[in-house]
Amino acid sequence: MALTHEDVRRIADLARLELQPAEQAALLGQLNGFFRIVERMSAVDTRGVEPLYTPLSALHEVAAPLREDAVTEVDERTANQASAPEVAAGLFLVPKVIE
Amino acid sequence: MSAAPPAGLPRGVAALARALDERALSSREATAALLAAIEAEQRRPDGLGAFLAVDAEGALAAADAADAARARGDSGPLAGVPIAHKDIFVTRGQPSTAGSRMLAGYRSPFDATVVARLGAGEPGGAPGAGTVCLGKLNCDEFAMGSANENSAFFPTRNPWDRSRVPGGSSGGSAAGVAAGLVAGATGTDTGGSIRQPAAFCGITGIKPTYGVCSRHGMIAFASSLDQAGPLGTSAEDCALLLSAMSGHDPRDATSAARPPQDYAAAMRAPRPGASAARPLQGVRIGLPAEFFPPGLAPDVAAAVRAALTELEKLGATLLDVSLPRTELSIPVYYIIAPAEASSNLSRFDGVRYGHRAARYADLADMYRKTRSEGFGAEVKRRIMIGTYVLSHGYYDAYYLQAQKLRRMIADDFRAAFARCDLIAGPVAPTVAWKLGAGADDPVQAYLADIFTLPASLAGLPGMSVPAGFGEGGLPVGLQLIGDYFAEGALLHAAHALQQATDWHARRPQ
Amino acid sequence: MSAAGPAPLVRGWEVVIGLETHAQLSTASKMFSGASTRFGAEPNTQACAVDLALPGTLPVPNRGAVERAIRFGLAVGARIAPLSIFARKNYFYPDLPKGYQISQYEVPVVQGGRIDFVLEGRPRSVRLTRAHLEEDAGKSLHEDFHGMSGIDLNRAGTPLLEIVSEPDMRASVEAVEYARALHALVVWLGICDGNMQEGSFRCDANVSVRRPGQPFGTRREIKNLNSFRFLQQAIDFEVQWQIDRVEDGLPVEQATVLFDPDSGETRAMRSKEDAHDYRYFPDPDLPPLVIAPGWVEQVRASLPELPGAMAARLQRDDGLAPYDAQAMTQAPAFARYYEAVRDAGLALAGGPPRAVWAKQAANWLMGEFSKRLNAEGIGIGAAPIAPGVLAALIGRVADGTVSHNGARQVFDALWGGAAEVDEVIARLGLAQMNDTGALEAIVDEVIARNPKSVDEFRAGKDKAFNALVGQVMKASQGKANPAQASELLRRKLAP
Repeated sequence: MALTHEDVRRIADLARLELQPAEQAALLGQLNGFFRIVERMSAVDTRGVEPLYTPLSALHEVAAPLREDAVTEVDERTANQASAPEVAAGLFLVPKVIE
Repeated sequence: MSAAPPAGLPRGVAALARALDERALSSREATAALLAAIEAEQRRPDGLGAFLAVDAEGALAAADAADAARARGDSGPLAGVPIAHKDIFVTRGQPSTAGSRMLAGYRSPFDATVVARLGAGEPGGAPGAGTVCLGKLNCDEFAMGSANENSAFFPTRNPWDRSRVPGGSSGGSAAGVAAGLVAGATGTDTGGSIRQPAAFCGITGIKPTYGVCSRHGMIAFASSLDQAGPLGTSAEDCALLLSAMSGHDPRDATSAARPPQDYAAAMRAPRPGASAARPLQGVRIGLPAEFFPPGLAPDVAAAVRAALTELEKLGATLLDVSLPRTELSIPVYYIIAPAEASSNLSRFDGVRYGHRAARYADLADMYRKTRSEGFGAEVKRRIMIGTYVLSHGYYDAYYLQAQKLRRMIADDFRAAFARCDLIAGPVAPTVAWKLGAGADDPVQAYLADIFTLPASLAGLPGMSVPAGFGEGGLPVGLQLIGDYFAEGALLHAAHALQQATDWHARRPQ
Repeated sequence: MSAAGPAPLVRGWEVVIGLETHAQLSTASKMFSGASTRFGAEPNTQACAVDLALPGTLPVPNRGAVERAIRFGLAVGARIAPLSIFARKNYFYPDLPKGYQISQYEVPVVQGGRIDFVLEGRPRSVRLTRAHLEEDAGKSLHEDFHGMSGIDLNRAGTPLLEIVSEPDMRASVEAVEYARALHALVVWLGICDGNMQEGSFRCDANVSVRRPGQPFGTRREIKNLNSFRFLQQAIDFEVQWQIDRVEDGLPVEQATVLFDPDSGETRAMRSKEDAHDYRYFPDPDLPPLVIAPGWVEQVRASLPELPGAMAARLQRDDGLAPYDAQAMTQAPAFARYYEAVRDAGLALAGGPPRAVWAKQAANWLMGEFSKRLNAEGIGIGAAPIAPGVLAALIGRVADGTVSHNGARQVFDALWGGAAEVDEVIARLGLAQMNDTGALEAIVDEVIARNPKSVDEFRAGKDKAFNALVGQVMKASQGKANPAQASELLRRKLAP
């Protein structure tokens, strides 16, 4: 199956990437080349096989460790906002959010 | 001109640690010597480009602290040993960029667990190993790449041939160790990013079992594949570093519920039935036919076979095994890793940290411009692939199918390990290629990962051990893959090989 | 399914409603980090590195949130999944730091269940599809920072239980009663503080219309309704809007809509066509959530008596009417108070039977008590009258010491701070005359002084009798027990 320019535009949109026309064209070719490699995967019969989302579950049942419900973090706003592009009154500023 | 470590300075973690312990030199002397070598290297027009940031002041202060602790009798074996961290690990004292413009100048308020454990320890927790951090090592952007050419800042060069790549994505780590600029280094391996650069640079590196090292503080690429690991001049170096790095971390829910291990002891522990001459007596090494395909470069094949012969002389038995889905690892990995990455990288939006576009029309435009300016081409490519394979209508055919095949690949290994203790083969199909060679067809580069991807997908430990040299005198790496949590067995075999050979001791000219 | 009778149609159309409710769980820390969930802190002082999605941070689930989900599941008769999966819901928004929300998609922690309630006197039941754990987003403040919005991530990462109902509701009033019952339940269980002004309990309503017997129409989702009044208004407006459209032959397009309380109207949000491609996949940072049967049983054993079960018990054992029983079980504190009054009353020697005590207690609580609590905007926990004191007052009415009128005056005094019933009765001189001898003397005197009324009564005029009773009450300064006075008069005037 081959991707089209429309696919590339839609995916770039979903991923919030702005591609220049040259980029988009190059990407289209590269993605189609990539999906040709991927085709080999599609033919394999995987019926009845459980996905392996996390590697150690191949070894034994893996369960999420649960954290006791307790407040362990203190206010570190200054340190946490040290690399913020724009901050005012402790808030992260962004262009106006329109609902 | 060669990259020469300071004359007289012992090479590698183990040797330097012994010298410090014997008071043959102080940590300050060792640190200062390496800082000078790094600076000299940076002045060269064809400099290796191993470092993105160097913290001379911090390093010397840490060295002094280590010397003082040693004088008090209050220090561990690694205290004062100068190392550096791949810039994929966040560090409080220095910027953390992940090799990306997106994080240029970013200052993390916390240290990665692996960094803390190797250094000053976790806040309010156990003391660390006391190593000295010289700085942050160059890497492919967000750990995506196999040549370190995807770093947004500058590429890294291979110390053995400066017109060639060092491998990636831990290229700075491998080059730094090979050139003797650091005693040892940390790296990360998602699809081969410790093993392959270690092989290209003639050094030793290990990707442990998934979950052995904490991912807290590792800037995430692909969560179910990423693993931290050490790079050094020998198995012993790796064992010492890994012992300090490893162990359960409650801040990482995928961290294996195992305490830190003494890998150096495991490396040395004699096997039952072994002798001094035949330390690998009883070790069965499986050779998958699929790891020796026609496309394997003859010089690599020859070097690997020579290394295997040495292992046989040491008592190991070689046998044929099969990992039939080896080739499928490529599409499987390049579906899963980009899918996870596309989601992990969504947090880079210019809102709370990192790059924000200077000019934009509105919020949506800010997002697009920020991300398009901040990410390089390879990262964008993988985000696109990942977003596509997760998108509505394609999830089952791509992502779900890949995860099912992943289990089948893991099952293939289990079947193989029923018949052998270790699996061996090449790390990469060729030796290091020329800088710029991969530019035209970036997707072709994915195919060269064929030997390292399977162990990553299964979560198994894999090691790269120097195995001689190929075309142009470039290093070749032997890959050893172990069963889950069998790092000890890997290190033991590698150590035995390194006692009997000297490939790992050679340095770039 | 809803029990009694077909649903009322609106302009000939059947209304179909399903609710998705987000209840903030009452944990101390966040769903995936150890930051505090306390409401009202300075911006971003309760947003730690994990909540801010700083590079290298990872989520670790909160045991307390999982336990609350189990409590809920057991209370609604649902299945607790022994294994459930956290999934990422990917979309970009400034209040969503990771660019994805950790939620549950294909395999939620709670499956099935139902909410029972009473609607217009009849029992109703709404099925639940599921309930799952997820994290809340932060907040954007639109106060003008020179054309920018300010983002506060204190709320980001707060645990939510998203409770999804089947589209079983057929009227806005039913949706409101369901929401009220669900609200009362989560508060009763202690898993959510139910503070709707603070955003602890938010409803999204999925609304569609269809001709009876036809397949479901296209639904629109009204988001973030945080009061029962808005819930009803929004649904009512949306129903009219949809009916207008379909009657004009126009399609109803799937959309997310917001309710504007000022105009009372719903309005579709601006959204792109890809807005709903969330690219769900299991979160690789979180292994499956495993809940062992032992844990479920432990939680089951610690569950309080549920409101429905308690109401049934009060009807059975205390003889309360269904409406009264539901009123007594509106909140745990209320129920506890009622039982304390009832029990204190039963402990008083020589009182009337249990059912009478219970009825009296219920009447006082539904009447005077509730009136005061509502007027002062306080909960029963803050009431100034202790259960034992109210019981004592009820006792003094039952034994004839005070009349009902007198009792109300005593209640006022007690609410105002007086401590003891008998002390107030004495101080205000409210004791009814129960001494038959003294009363008889007054009755004799009144008969003697009012011959005209006596004659008129004997002639058949009942009004004259009331006048005589009035005279007795006056002569006794209101302290005579009217019933007793009447009885004595009748006896003495009998031929």
